[in-house]
Amino acid sequence: MKKPSPLITVVALATVGFLYLPLVAVAVFSVNATRYGLVWRGFTLDWYIKLFQNEFILEAAWNTLVLAVVSTIVATILGTVLAVGMDRFPWSRKANTFLDLVLHIPVVIPDIILAAALVVAFGLLRFASSVFEPGLLNMIIGHITFQISFVALVVRSRLVSIGRDVEEAARDLFAGTPYLLWRVTLPLLLPGIVAGAMLAFTLSLDDFVISFFTAGPESVTLPLFIFAAVRRGVTPQIHALSTLVVLITVILIIGMERFTRK
Amino acid sequence: MNKLLVWYGELTTRQNLAKRGLLFLGAGMLWLMVFLVLPGLVLIAVSLITRGAYGQLEWIFTIENYKRLAGFSLFGWTADYIIIVFRSVWVAFMTTLISVVLSYPLSFFIVARPPRSRYFWLTLVIIPFWTNMVIRTYAWFLILAPELPLAKLATFLGFIPAGSPLYPNSFAVYLGMVSMFLPFVTLPLYASVERLDWTLVEAAQDLYASRVRVFMQAILPQTLPGLSVGIILTFVPAMGMFVVPDLLGGSKYMLVGNLIQQQFGASRDWPFGAAISIGLMVLTMISLQLYRRRSKEIEFI
Repeated sequence: MKKPSPLITVVALATVGFLYLPLVAVAVFSVNATRYGLVWRGFTLDWYIKLFQNEFILEAAWNTLVLAVVSTIVATILGTVLAVGMDRFPWSRKANTFLDLVLHIPVVIPDIILAAALVVAFGLLRFASSVFEPGLLNMIIGHITFQISFVALVVRSRLVSIGRDVEEAARDLFAGTPYLLWRVTLPLLLPGIVAGAMLAFTLSLDDFVISFFTAGPESVTLPLFIFAAVRRGVTPQIHALSTLVVLITVILIIGMERFTRK
Repeated sequence: MNKLLVWYGELTTRQNLAKRGLLFLGAGMLWLMVFLVLPGLVLIAVSLITRGAYGQLEWIFTIENYKRLAGFSLFGWTADYIIIVFRSVWVAFMTTLISVVLSYPLSFFIVARPPRSRYFWLTLVIIPFWTNMVIRTYAWFLILAPELPLAKLATFLGFIPAGSPLYPNSFAVYLGMVSMFLPFVTLPLYASVERLDWTLVEAAQDLYASRVRVFMQAILPQTLPGLSVGIILTFVPAMGMFVVPDLLGGSKYMLVGNLIQQQFGASRDWPFGAAISIGLMVLTMISLQLYRRRSKEIEFI
């Protein structure tokens, strides 16, 4: 390995600084005692305390959690089963290419296109059923749609890497299909499924565009709340909320790293 | 057709396998068909119909929406929409370029760390990758606020009037875009740099290659797989980005993403919004096609 030149080190450190400067600024001003402007007036945790008294924020946090948990559970089940279906059966080349193409659409297209397509589709489905009024259910459907792809891709790469020797051995020892799936494939696959679910959960928390397009007035999530608040003008309370969201993200990432590295 | 075969230790028929396989594929594929493929087709259909006077859809087929996107209106030809599309491609291109230029030193720096702290530095890049984009975008409001040095410097140089922030403008959009997408390039690029064969770099240096030549012929070809993935992961979503230009660009620096959002929001012109989305989709497919061969060589996820 080569030791990098001082110039590379300086540019690299400056780049990391560039990535973190805004986030650090938000954290700093979240504990600043002044309400307006950016003058330092001393340390306070008032904004964090007020956060937990604001019912709109609490409701948004609850919505965010419901959205992420429900969509992750559904997407993990659908995505895992789909991955097994794609990898463990003798499909023709053409069928495989088609499945692969459909699976990659949500990964590669800009999310605003999926959002636009969902708005239009839900708009037309509304004539059939009032279920498709903008709201939490529509957001859950939207999130599941892109999460399935990511879960299926992660689980499928795990399926490929564990190979089929153990499954074949189990078959040779007269394991039936349910026994094989439940007692052999599932335990082997579990790290992949958990990694996929964590990815799906983080994607849901991180998403703004799909939620923004499919949300109704009753289904505000934290990113939507922050976006709306920011357009009215930033306040220290928003900084406090954002800092908390970033902290939760950091904890999730470190947990995910710990889990996948083992 | 119903011949018995042994499929990984199981005695079965092709028909049986296909039946069970479809059972597995069924639910997930049905979901993707109903909520992904079908909405995509509906989007194409809606882009070809007419908007009613109150924003409702009227099923009269027309290519008016695409003509409008190309600049033809009742009052003759205007370049407004074309400019926005070109600007989006240009911003996406510049964002990708700057991210690549910054990602190489960063990847080299992280690779040169001892193994223990390497994970620390890598995690430092992963955290912004996963942090909510609304937060990361509005955070620039603080850095660009009138009270802080950057805006004061700009005032001193005469770019902005005293006491006003350094946004919304194109400069702020670039800042926001690069900080948004930089980790998308750095992470896949790092995966390639980590596997770099340094003996080739040393050989090039021993043979008196210039720094530029060492990079172009010894480093670039080896890091191309990761770089291609990074470029796609940045360029494609950057073209459709709407949060950054909305908050940091305002009406002064609109991109395609804002234009689409406007049609589905305030203007309530779904057919035109659908037409712009299809236009963006075509741009996406063109750029993916350009990089398709390369990106097949590496799995990112």
